[in-house]
Formats: sequence, structure tokens, C-alpha cells
Amino acid sequence: MSEPIIKIENVNKWFGDFQVLKDINLDVSAKQKIVVCGPSGSGKSTLIRCINRLEEHQKGTIIVDGTELSENTKNIEQVRAEVGMVFQQFNLFPHLSILDNCTLAPIWVKKMPKKDAQELAMKQLEQVQIADQANKFPGQLSGGQQQRSAIARALCMQPKIMLFDEPTSALDPEMIKEVLDAMVNLAKGGMTMIVVTHEMGFAKEVADEVIFMDEGMIVEKAETKEFFANPKSDRTKLFLSQIL
Amino acid sequence: MNSLNFLKSNKQNFYYFLYLGLFLFSISIIDVAINAFLKINITSFLPGILSIFLPLILGFVGLNFIRTEYSGIKSLDIINKNINTNNFNAILTLLIIFAIIKATPPSLSWMIFDANISGDTKEACTGTGACWTYVKVWFRRFMYGMYPNDLHWRINLAFILVIALGFFGFFLKDNLKKYLALYYVIIYPIIAFLVIYYLISGGAFGLVWVETGAWGGLSLTFIVSFFCLIFCFPLGMVLALGRRSNLPMIRYISIGYIEFWRGVPLITVLFMSSVMFPMFLPEDFFMDKLVRVIIAITLFEGAYCAEVIRGGLQALPRGQYDAAKSLGMGYWKMHIFVILPQALKLVIPGICNTFLALVKDTPLIFVVGLAELAGMLALAKTNPKWLGFAMEGYIFAAIIFWIICYAMSKYSYNLEAKYKTER
Repeated sequence: MSEPIIKIENVNKWFGDFQVLKDINLDVSAKQKIVVCGPSGSGKSTLIRCINRLEEHQKGTIIVDGTELSENTKNIEQVRAEVGMVFQQFNLFPHLSILDNCTLAPIWVKKMPKKDAQELAMKQLEQVQIADQANKFPGQLSGGQQQRSAIARALCMQPKIMLFDEPTSALDPEMIKEVLDAMVNLAKGGMTMIVVTHEMGFAKEVADEVIFMDEGMIVEKAETKEFFANPKSDRTKLFLSQIL
Repeated sequence: MNSLNFLKSNKQNFYYFLYLGLFLFSISIIDVAINAFLKINITSFLPGILSIFLPLILGFVGLNFIRTEYSGIKSLDIINKNINTNNFNAILTLLIIFAIIKATPPSLSWMIFDANISGDTKEACTGTGACWTYVKVWFRRFMYGMYPNDLHWRINLAFILVIALGFFGFFLKDNLKKYLALYYVIIYPIIAFLVIYYLISGGAFGLVWVETGAWGGLSLTFIVSFFCLIFCFPLGMVLALGRRSNLPMIRYISIGYIEFWRGVPLITVLFMSSVMFPMFLPEDFFMDKLVRVIIAITLFEGAYCAEVIRGGLQALPRGQYDAAKSLGMGYWKMHIFVILPQALKLVIPGICNTFLALVKDTPLIFVVGLAELAGMLALAKTNPKWLGFAMEGYIFAAIIFWIICYAMSKYSYNLEAKYKTER
């Protein structure tokens, strides 16, 4: 196997006295799709937020595409430009139209000419099937449309890795499917993805590996079929019995 | 209260009660109005006490008749909901209406009917009302202070130029639009300063030098407010960002600055700027009194602006910061394109508040010997030829200040509506 694109070694993190991440070790190779699941408060969101340094880890090393995350601001911005992220609450910029949301970062961070950025944005919006909403503002769209716009916005930076932090948790049941479809398409396109989600159907369809976290530790890490067919730890079994 | 139920309307006799109630209510108003305007007491045939309270009783019964839960008539429902919810409110409503009616004729006659405006001297004021002659004679002083009369065109021209330059930004070509903020924050203040300096101060281009001590009146109000407004806003923005910075040094300096300037009264700041400040300067260094005052007010109001803007920054959800960061934006790009446009929109009412307070604080520069509009009034009212007209002067100033401030608040409502976004 080639050199992993994300390398997480012995990562520990505390919020005050409370340890959220305990000795996390994880390698992700290019084009791999990983689903992270676990009960709330288990540290799964914190883990993926550490990968683009929205949270700082206090111990251990995280290397993303050959760049180590440290205090160095240049490194952090470089990693963030390569790692796209989709949030639970969409976090679109409400004062900009969907198209401007998508072109803002390419123009100002990647110094892309405005015309190229718009073409790229329209292509990405086409991919998630909301090109017709490009000139509307986020507040005028449904939750599902907003989340798909957020995916398009992240893709406009042409990232190598995409992180999804519970992308469907804030959505109405009817809208979950359209967002998951967009994510499945993305996965089929060969993107490296780390997805925190409770959508086990999505995990079964797309994931190469599933990670189960609890109390800040990786309890179980297995290939998808293996994970669902015969989970090893009791904690995982209990979780799966409740969620499936 | 059940025994009084026959006094309440029901579905059948609703309109009967409504018309009767409105009739009684109008009679009570008309009675008071006739009494106030024509000085005729139409109920004088009644015994004393009853004659005085009759309008109140009639109005009260009338409002009681009108009062219903919900009628479906829009204007009636608005009245019932806002000024006629219960007996107590009905009485308060009536008393306020009566007070307004009673106060109208005397104030009108003082302000208009018995007032004088002709003539040029105090002796022209023969009526019992206001002496607007005073304001007329002193008008130029109130507007331009001690500035020489034949040079007033320089002030007018400077203001016209500054306003025209202010609108200049709207006519920029599209490809220059991105420099708009730069223009307004840096270039415009400098140009405005140069225009005002060279035109009003003079001393160059063949214009006679007029020292700032002679400036005054409303034009000085405008000059001080204008420069303080355009400088204190960027200062406040920098301080607000500084107070939220991750770098302890910058954060503590900002906090210290804000708490210091918010903790001292403006009047002491102004006093210090004119008396203490020159002591610390080298002897051959001279800074004009007006410039010192403008700097002092700017530093002072900047602290207030900072706290208002910080309120807006704090109101933004953390997700906005996360999203901007996750797209690879650094601190400045994130703030310029994502955070500040949203936060500044949120603080328009608060900033407008601060600016209005600033404009109304300018009269305080009187303590350092600069006489803007209110300062000129204070001078004029002590003029031996014109003693005893302080009232007219202050009413005049109040109207001028009200117009300025109302225009500013209207403009802020416009901005709010223009930049409204849905979340």
C-alpha cells in the first residue's frame, strides 16, 4: 500500500480536564472512504475537526498529504485549502448568493480568475443538481439544497480530501436522500472521504472501512462487511443493535 | 362586575354601542377643545366640580362602550388593544389627549401667532410670543460662528466639495468598485481634510488665514462630527477585532484602551486635550486646538464603537468562522469577506446610536473655547443687546439637532433594510 494521505499518530486532546481523544491512531490512504460512527460525545466530530485544525490536538502528530499540522499558520492554511469540510449546520455564508459562496474561496485563496471560478462553481453546482439556484441566497433554499450547496462550495476548492461532520443530522428525513445521493456520487468519483454519520445504509454502500468510537477511543476498526457482519467488541454490538 | 353587563355590547346591539360610544367620546374631546381654543366653557351651567370632570366622565363611558374583545374592524381593534385595554388605561388615554389639546393653543400662540420676526433689534419684539428676530439677526453667527462674513462662501464651497466627494464613490466604474472601501476609509478622509484645511483655514492659494478659534456655529458642529465619525468607526473596528484576538498582547492592549476611554467623562478628555496635552509636547511643536479636540473625541468614541462592533462579532455563530477557515481563508480574508460584512450589518442600529450620541456630544467642545451651534447660543444669550432670548435660541438649536439626528436615524433604517439578509 502506498504512503497514507492522512497519518494520525498517538493523538490526544483535552477540553480542560476532560480528555476527548485518547491515543488515536489512524491511517487513511488516498481514495479510501471511511465512516466514523459512535454515540454522541465520543469524540468523532473532534477527531475530524483536528484533521483540518479547526481544533488543536495537544499531543501526537497529524500529517495531511505530507504536511504536519503544527502552530505554523502557513501549513494550516495549506492543509485547509486541500481538505474540504461539510458541516452539520451547513454554515453557508448568508450574505452571499450560492454562486458567490462557491467562488469566494477559489478567487481569494487560490487566486483563480473570477471567470474560471464561476465556471468551476457552476460545474460543481451542476454535479449536486442545484445549478438553477445559483443566484439565490442561502436563506431562500431548503435544508437539503443548502447542504448540497455546501458540498459544492467545498468541492470548488478542488480538495484532495473531504470531511463530512454529520452532514444529514440537521435535515428533514425527506431531504436526507438527496444529500446522501450527492455524497455517493462523490465517492464514486474517487474522492478520499471521512464521514461522521449515523446513516448506516450509506456506510454499507460506500465505506471501505468503518470506525467505531466511544469515550475518545477507537473501539473498533474494520472493513465494512466485517464490521456489520461480526463486530468484535460488546460495545459495538450494543451500538449496532440500537441503531440498525 | 356582572351587574354592569347591561352596559356591555353584545352581537345584537354592537353597532348601537359603538356609535353611542364614539359619540360620547367625541363630545368629550370637542368640549375640551372648545374650552382650550375658544376659551368657552359650554358646560358652565353645571355645578363646578361636575363641569370640570364632565369630559372625563363622558369620554370614559364612551371608551367603555367601545371596548370589545374582538370586533373585526381593524382600526377599532387597534385602539382597543393599545390605548383602551381596561378602565385605567382608558382614563390615562383621556388625560393624555386632554393634556395635548390643552397645551396646543398656548404653545402655538407663543411659537407662531404672537411671535415676531421682523425688524433687526430687540425693540422690534413687541408681542407676547417668541422673538424670532433674535434668531434671524444672529443666524449667520449660529451657522458660521465668528468666521468673517465676507468669507462664508469658503465654508459653503468646502462643504459642497466634501459632500460631492462623498457621492463620488457611487459613480465609480465597476472595475474600480473593489477599491471602494479603500477610498472611503483612507483616501476620502484625507481629501476631505485637505479641502477643509485649505478652503476654510486658508493661508495658501491667496486665501486669507482664518484661525480655528474663529470657526464656529453649525458649520463647526458638522466639521467636528464629520471627522470624528469617519475616524472613530475604523478605530472601533480595529479595537473590536483586537479585543477578540488570540494574541494576549493585542487583546490586553485593546481591553485596556477600551476600558480606559469608557471610564473617563468626555468633558475631562476634552479639557485634558487642550490644557494638559500641550505640556507634554516639545515647545516648538504646535497642534491646533481643533485638531486636538477631534482626536480626543475620536479616541473616546472609538472605544464605544468597538464595544458595539464586538457585540455584532459575538452574535455570529461559530460555524461561520469554521466554514471560512475550512476553506483555507486566513484571519484577514475571513474577517473581510465573511465575518465583518455580516457583523457590521447587525450593528447598524447600535452604531447609529453611538453616532447620534457623538453628534449631540459636540457642544461639549465649548469647554475648550470652541463655540459650535450650542456654544454660539450660549455666547449670544449673554450679549447685552439681546438679553432674555435664551429660550428662542435653544428651541432653534433643538430643532436643528433634531433634524440632523432624525435624518441620520432615517438613513440607518434605510441601510438596515438595504442589507437585510435571511438566515
